[in-house]
Amino acid sequence: MVMADPNEEGRFGEFGGRFVPETLIPACEELEAAFREAWHDQAFVEEFHQILTDFGGRPSALTECYRLSEQLGVRVLLKREDLNHTGSHKINNVIGQALLARRMGKTRLVAETGAGQHGVATATAAALLDMECKVYMGEVDMARQELNVFRMQLLGAEVESVSSGSKTLKDAVNEALRDWVATVENTHYCLGSVMGPHPYPWMVRTFHHIIGDEAHEQCLSLMQRVPDVVVACVGGGSNAAGIFSGFANTDARLVGVEPAGGAAVGRGVPGVVHGMISYLMQDEDGQVQEAESISAGLDYPGVGPEHAYLASIGRAEYPSVTDEEVVKAFQRLSRTEGIIPALESAHALAWVIREAASLQGQVVLLNLSGRGDKDVDQMMDVLGPGKDQ
Amino acid sequence: MSSSSKFGRMEGFLRDRRDSGSKLLVAYITGGYEGWEAAVEAAAAGGADAIEIGIPFSDPVMDGPVIQKASQAALDAGASPGSVLSAVPNLDTGVPHAVMTYYNLAHHAGHERFAATLANSAIDAAILPDLPLVESGPWREAAAVAGIETIMLAAPTTPEERLPELCEASKGFVYAVGLLGVTGERANLASTAIEIAGRCKQVTDKPVLTGVGIGSPEQAVEACSIADGVIIGSAVVRRLLEGGGAEGVGELVASYRNALDAG
Repeated sequence: MVMADPNEEGRFGEFGGRFVPETLIPACEELEAAFREAWHDQAFVEEFHQILTDFGGRPSALTECYRLSEQLGVRVLLKREDLNHTGSHKINNVIGQALLARRMGKTRLVAETGAGQHGVATATAAALLDMECKVYMGEVDMARQELNVFRMQLLGAEVESVSSGSKTLKDAVNEALRDWVATVENTHYCLGSVMGPHPYPWMVRTFHHIIGDEAHEQCLSLMQRVPDVVVACVGGGSNAAGIFSGFANTDARLVGVEPAGGAAVGRGVPGVVHGMISYLMQDEDGQVQEAESISAGLDYPGVGPEHAYLASIGRAEYPSVTDEEVVKAFQRLSRTEGIIPALESAHALAWVIREAASLQGQVVLLNLSGRGDKDVDQMMDVLGPGKDQ
Repeated sequence: MSSSSKFGRMEGFLRDRRDSGSKLLVAYITGGYEGWEAAVEAAAAGGADAIEIGIPFSDPVMDGPVIQKASQAALDAGASPGSVLSAVPNLDTGVPHAVMTYYNLAHHAGHERFAATLANSAIDAAILPDLPLVESGPWREAAAVAGIETIMLAAPTTPEERLPELCEASKGFVYAVGLLGVTGERANLASTAIEIAGRCKQVTDKPVLTGVGIGSPEQAVEACSIADGVIIGSAVVRRLLEGGGAEGVGELVASYRNALDAG
């Protein structure tokens, strides 16, 4: 079975593992045990689903893109994770982890964030469950996602600016790990993607599995079959893992779209950082390189280990798109369907638009992982207000 | 009698000094930072029993602000594993050398190649703080073949049942992490520093040195009430960052040496 549980060492094939300081090993083991136990506890799973329904707004809709489909000659279906509470798929994972943290007796959450979506989601979960919350965010990202910074503060979280290294997501992860090393006794590290040391990649994917499950069911009831292609953007790869997991054991083609400036899988060199062995952008000495893309949420030089595995066995493919293609896709979905997508999600659409000629007559399910409100400010700078778009 | 035939060079050297009644002092210097070579020699002259040389890495998760800053400055100045290691054989220290860096540099080069490069660069031991015991087997094996001792870190959170295995796996010495947290000086010695050293000493006769959070000669003496020695890093590097140069490093190390010798 594809996308099964990792092995005892937390590996998907050769990828994954637990490369963290010795101090954190017991915390990872405790988390793994707690997660295994909770996920077999019906009461926990029910509470998780109940909150995602009553508070998160699930199930998210499946939207048929009539106009775009006609223009492209490709039937495009959107899984509307942008309609979830807090505006992205991230809420699934944070509700799961916050419930688990509470169950483990932890009173404080720390998180990293890039675009701010995971930070906002974590701050939301912390407010809901009355937990203390600190979010680490790169200085560069704080500048380009000001609105989300304020949003987190409104929700009661402390946002800490990270000025080391590239001052983006990768460095925010380092800083969150440093915090966790010092506070592990009362703190849970609420990691935002399918990355990090075991059990995170597996646990986070499991909390997002609901995206794929819902979409699978929705596709069956809409057209009595699965789509030809399932496509999602990939930074760390959590929304892609979520939707892929609903179709990994079907004939559907799985496509994870990376930004050209952060194509960890595309370059295909394994490395170890942030607790895992996976594909990693690095120089000839093994120093981790800085990713550069228009979307803060995908500015990550690595990728979740399960994606590295899916790529290595040929089950999923990971092409990349340029910032320019992304901006065009962002505008196009806004105009043709009345949906402003997150810049992250626009990567997946950019690939569909570029590949339309080879996808003629096919059904493509696209995970619209987030809404674009947070990106409007930045796009005003890129496109210019009042200009003819 | 020398222990050096039975143990690696680092462990033999430190055992001999410990067994002769001395408390052990290891000083850390960030390789590639301006003036680091002179600082290494000054630290040895100031009384360090071994030197830890940092190879700067882009993502030093176990390091606090001081060492992060020095690492970044070194990287910005063009430091690389090659540039740091190639300078070590020319350093006049008379004591063993360990490198302290992060696992991806070894992983990327390949275990055998990285270990051989260390061995050919007058390095005796390696500390890789993001390579925990559970993931360390393949590297330790390759290192041992090349004659490199892998120093393992024992944390305050390390459970009782894992400690004997961890101390057994560790070569050179056992690095007792003094507190829950990253490298850096603290105002007071954490109670965990005494505890973890004591727990290690109960299960191993290897030298047990406490590092992370040692901020003054007094704290070093206090830590050595149980531990065989201490590792000082951020205190030394801060002296460099503040412009103290090799002379300042030599003086600082000597102040720790004197305090430890006076007991």
